[in-house]
Amino acid sequence: MREGAFKKYFKRTMTYLFLIVVSFLSVFPIYWCFVSASNTTAEILGGKLLPGSHLQENLTNLFAQADVLTAFKNSTVNTLVVLVLSLTVCSIAGYGFEVYHDKAKDRVMGLLMLSMMVPFVAILVPMFQLFSNLGLMNKTMGFVLPSISTPFLIMLFRNNARTFPKEIIEAARMDGVGELKIFLTMFVPTMRPTYAAAATITFMNTWNAYLWPRVIFKQNSAITMPMLVSNLMGGYVIDYGVVMAGVTICTLPTVIIFFILQKSFTEAIAGSVK
Amino acid sequence: MTNTAGQPRKRLTMHQRQNLVGWLFLLPATILIIWLSFYPMFRALLISLMKGKPTALTFSDPLFRNYQRMMQDKVFIQSLINTFTYLIIQVPIMLVLAMIFASLLNRHDLKFKGLFRTCIFLPCATALVSYSIIFRTLFAYDGMINAMLMNMHILKEPVNWLNSPNTAKAVIIIALIWRWTGYNMVFYLAAMQSIDYSVYESARIDGASATTQLFRITIPLLKPIILVTAIMSTNGTLQLYDESVNLTQGGPANATITMSHYIYNTTFISNPNFGYAAAMSFVVLILVAILSVIQMKVGDKR
Repeated sequence: MREGAFKKYFKRTMTYLFLIVVSFLSVFPIYWCFVSASNTTAEILGGKLLPGSHLQENLTNLFAQADVLTAFKNSTVNTLVVLVLSLTVCSIAGYGFEVYHDKAKDRVMGLLMLSMMVPFVAILVPMFQLFSNLGLMNKTMGFVLPSISTPFLIMLFRNNARTFPKEIIEAARMDGVGELKIFLTMFVPTMRPTYAAAATITFMNTWNAYLWPRVIFKQNSAITMPMLVSNLMGGYVIDYGVVMAGVTICTLPTVIIFFILQKSFTEAIAGSVK
Repeated sequence: MTNTAGQPRKRLTMHQRQNLVGWLFLLPATILIIWLSFYPMFRALLISLMKGKPTALTFSDPLFRNYQRMMQDKVFIQSLINTFTYLIIQVPIMLVLAMIFASLLNRHDLKFKGLFRTCIFLPCATALVSYSIIFRTLFAYDGMINAMLMNMHILKEPVNWLNSPNTAKAVIIIALIWRWTGYNMVFYLAAMQSIDYSVYESARIDGASATTQLFRITIPLLKPIILVTAIMSTNGTLQLYDESVNLTQGGPANATITMSHYIYNTTFISNPNFGYAAAMSFVVLILVAILSVIQMKVGDKR
């Protein structure tokens, strides 16, 4: 009996130990990056694990080396425009697919879901041709257009629209409320958690995008944060303190959003599983 | 017009009106996906049969020349092998780890559950470019990993991680596992929470061990989600780009270059060849489709 209790205790301890090690390994690279933003190259490579006194120096060098303000502003504008357009277009479509659904619309939905299988790289060449023909190179709209309508968000909004009571819609119709007004004044406010979830996912994807911006933004004035950070590694002599300061500036917004909206982010994933 | 004749007609129009509004609601999303996903897909197929400069594309002769060229292109074959190496090693390890973490975090008697989950999930908040650079710095020849391993006397001399083919691939795989395990774990955790916990409790009373519970209860019930994560991960791995560019730059000597990276280079760097790039990208599309269908078939049987 005593031995059983010991075994159980041992197993519990091992579980906690294992989870602590895994958690440490998960957080460590991010912690190390943030800390390294305040250290010199020699300290970073040598494995210094505590904050140093070179933050200001690294930041000064970073801002002298690269146009951080422009990149940060571009990334912010791109992300906000995608957020507004994508949530509008996808939520109204998801609502439409659920509330007005019939055979034909279900078939269209199935078709749209198939586009999840189209890898972006597979349409890289025609997309580049199309957007340069349209004169959208180096334009915010050029970056934004392909990110607006995504099958994942449409599915998320459709699945969550199922929980919206149909009786409310019927009652509003009886009172003569227009269809668009029902959507705007009744559906949108009640679905706030779904919008938060969709916003988190869209924010992460858009802020972190790299391949498409690299294709569409050829001018330095259109550069985004991930592009800027990537360029920092280009020189012959790399100042790792500067690089880590750049990576930190690029990572902080998404990490902050992650902590604020973590719950809705997890819920979004759970919602897509439904 | 009499009232009795007008009434049914009005109802019909109201229904039609709703139907029309429904279509209008779907229209922007549908047009965008057809215009910017399906249409380019068919254009890619067409361009893949062409040759010449980006500004003067003509149909190649023989028509499938670009596809024939791929068979002899050592870099393409290398990129195909690399991509599949990542796929075969990384995806199973990652999904198994995600399943283990999720089932540990699903125990009701576990404390600090939220804290553990947040920590393991956190890597998801980093940009692919950011974490690639972090790992590149950690694994640099004069970098921290080498310094640490030498301090601990595990290594006698530094390993040139990113400059030999096998270790460079290993670093990419480790980085990928770090970035994506928590993401998949959240899917499993969400699905596990919808399983009634009393099932586990009664299994425990019947003397089923944790492993038995995992294989007899959790995995069978989670099959649809496992399928979803497997398809997503496969799809993602076949499109790897940011890591190849920013962690290893495809090197040493193309030993880590991915298909997407090579396609990008063929499209935009030195002598742009749109036809050949489109042909290679069409191969990626077909591979994604084939692997998804295989996984769905396998998932159906079990």
